Amino acid sequence: MWRRLLITLGVIAPLLWLLAFGFTRDPRYISSPLIGRQAPNFTLKLFNGEELTLDQVRGKVIFLNFWASWCIPCREEARDLEAAWRRLKDADVAFIGIDIQDKEDDAKAFLKEFNVSYPNGRDPGKIAIDYGVWGVPETFFIDARGRITYKHVGTPDTATVMAKLQEARRGLVSAAEGKGSYQPIK
Amino acid sequence: MTATIGHYCIVIAFFLALWGIIAPLLTYRTGREVFFSSTRAGILGQFILVTAASSSLIYALVTTDFSIKYVAFNTTRATPIYYRVTGLWGALEGSLLLWEWLLVIFSGLVSWVYRDRHRELMPWVLLIFSTVSAFFLAVLAFASNPFEILSPPPLDGRGLNPLLEDSNMITHPPLLYTGFVGLTVPYAFAMAALIIGRVDEAWIKTTRRWTIVAWFFLTMGNLVGAWWSYHVLGWGGYWAWDPVENAAFMPWLPATAFLHSIQVQERRRMLKIWNLSLIIIAFSLTLFGTFLTRSGILSSVHAFSSGPVGAFFLSFLAVVLLGSFGLLAYRAEHLRGQAEFDSMLSRESAFLLNNVALVSALFTIFLGTIFPLLSEAVTGVQVSVGAPYFNSVTVPLFLLLVFLMGVGPMIAWRRASWNNLKRNFLWPAAASMAVALSLFAWRIRDFLPLLGFMLSAFVVFTIFLDTVRAVRARRRLAGEGTAAALATLVRHNQRRYGGLVVHLGIVLIALGIAGSMSYSVERQATLGIGQSLAIGPYKIRFEGMRGLQQPTHFRVEAAFRILNGGSESKLYTPALKFFPNQQSPVGRAVFRSTLADDLYMILSGFSEVGRNQATLKALVRPLVAWMWIGGGVIVLGTILALWPFDVSATEQDEDRVA
Repeated sequence: MWRRLLITLGVIAPLLWLLAFGFTRDPRYISSPLIGRQAPNFTLKLFNGEELTLDQVRGKVIFLNFWASWCIPCREEARDLEAAWRRLKDADVAFIGIDIQDKEDDAKAFLKEFNVSYPNGRDPGKIAIDYGVWGVPETFFIDARGRITYKHVGTPDTATVMAKLQEARRGLVSAAEGKGSYQPIK
Repeated sequence: MTATIGHYCIVIAFFLALWGIIAPLLTYRTGREVFFSSTRAGILGQFILVTAASSSLIYALVTTDFSIKYVAFNTTRATPIYYRVTGLWGALEGSLLLWEWLLVIFSGLVSWVYRDRHRELMPWVLLIFSTVSAFFLAVLAFASNPFEILSPPPLDGRGLNPLLEDSNMITHPPLLYTGFVGLTVPYAFAMAALIIGRVDEAWIKTTRRWTIVAWFFLTMGNLVGAWWSYHVLGWGGYWAWDPVENAAFMPWLPATAFLHSIQVQERRRMLKIWNLSLIIIAFSLTLFGTFLTRSGILSSVHAFSSGPVGAFFLSFLAVVLLGSFGLLAYRAEHLRGQAEFDSMLSRESAFLLNNVALVSALFTIFLGTIFPLLSEAVTGVQVSVGAPYFNSVTVPLFLLLVFLMGVGPMIAWRRASWNNLKRNFLWPAAASMAVALSLFAWRIRDFLPLLGFMLSAFVVFTIFLDTVRAVRARRRLAGEGTAAALATLVRHNQRRYGGLVVHLGIVLIALGIAGSMSYSVERQATLGIGQSLAIGPYKIRFEGMRGLQQPTHFRVEAAFRILNGGSESKLYTPALKFFPNQQSPVGRAVFRSTLADDLYMILSGFSEVGRNQATLKALVRPLVAWMWIGGGVIVLGTILALWPFDVSATEQDEDRVA
């Protein structure tokens, strides 16, 4: 009898484990194919009226963050990102913020509220598509040779930001994406 | 107020269900009848309370009481009264309440029907019912409360998804849920028999009719779902092997296998463990289906809301699987079969093969459904499995099942003699071969559909031959006319003839699937006024287009006429509906259905109305109508099998069981 009970348990337990594993992941989520590839170039009109293209900052390690003013996790991360930028801006790092699916006034109010000082601009519509963004915030780390080395979906913590920038500086490509708190786009 | 009444009814019913679990144990311990009576009273109490809770929710929906969140999310002031009522199963919380309601109706019926019988089994049967009921009530009371308050109440509600405002929405979910819940009856009796260790054929004979009823509702629920998908969703298909569809279909497979294999146990006292396993699997799959649909662990085209109930369902599924199979393993010593198969050529082995095919189909579909999860757990990479996998693996199994529908009912028990085989199958085999040859000569040259049509013909011929012989014999022996002879035959062998008619219905469905899977044609073209698109034997001419402002949306419709030879049809107007809140338009396809084929028309785009150009997507889907006719035949067959034509015979049958 014990043998039979064990066999029963042996069949059922892995099945239940598998179904429970399902809770730990989001089935609609598809890993980005961009990691390890060249970052798509773009031209961004900044809120201060200037224009910025990705090619202008080639040679630096780039921290590229997609956000929106209506996104709650973006509010959570805003202060940390600004703090990180202030610590790093004299190093060979460029921070760029891209505002998507947003109203211009709301976006400007957001930047003012959090005293964001790194370059930010509104997506004319195509950049988020090129990068396969489907929620905010999403952050791409790009190395000096223009390769995407890491993608973080949702809010990253400061330690992750620092570590991944360091890896990007050394040209290390991460195997998987990171995840934090997140809001799908409308 | 309504919300308070509803919520407290559920909470009190939950405690009654807990009592329904404790009291039978006390009955067993103390042997005192009063505990058993209180179990039955508890079931009645649950029935009254859950009925009151459901009525409260329906009342709130009908009176658009937007202080209840569920009402605000699923009706509007403009919603017609019948869609307000069907709002009961328009979303998760209400659907669970409907499920629980059906469950207490079934348990109340069982408790009443067997009030004087099965004295030894009944406490345990009611314990199982109470356990399942306690689970659903706990979910309704603590995780997914349909009576949650919304404060302040909004001025108007959000309303149902427009796709759900369809007459099939009234029938599809309740049919499916009745099928799911109905399987609880044989499951409860099976578990009760295992608990008391009396695993003879009694529980099977008792629950046979209940199982047929549950099977019938499952079948209808799936068919109506397919029909809804076909005529509302506007993609020209009725089945997509989506996880949610599979979830509804999977319990059907072991339930069908069970209906067949219990006949082997009744006749030959074999397959005891197998039958118990089948009913446990069928019941577990009804829970698994809801888990899959509501947990959000797999992506589906069916946008169901998910919530915290996923974890609840998984935990209960674990309890059911481990508890039931654990008990089965514990009792396995008592369950040794008493006979062995005498021959491979026998009805037992035909039924066994039928079971193997059904369970293989189940395994295949189950694997395909959870494969994305499995592959990510093992390799970290998501791989999704599409229709080609499901079709290529299940089609041969389903063809085998069609063949067995011809063989199973006619072949002899124990050992079929050469004479038996020749007598029952020689003519049908020859005739179906002739059908296949003439189809081949006509124009059907592909192997699988040809095989499908041939096997379908085979089943029809075997049934026809058998019935004609029986009628003839009766005419000779009893001197009755043909009609009277047939009527007597059916009345005296309800199970057999009901089953055969159901088989005919399944054959018609198979015909519809074979035709539409293999010979559909699809074409798309952009047409100016007067131009036409040729598809199959038809030409579709574009006649004009107009835009209409409707109360809730703007509608662009294009008019087409079907030309077939010299004849011209009436106007058909597929449309695109633009709702202000939705980014993309909702299509409204139209189709013309005949017994030979359906012509399905979808407006997929247009230039500005002034320029009068429309893009039309047209599909010709042969034989689809037979699927729905087959559904009607199954209804007939089930009525034939269950209708109490001969009350005294039925009672005798039940008495023998008791």
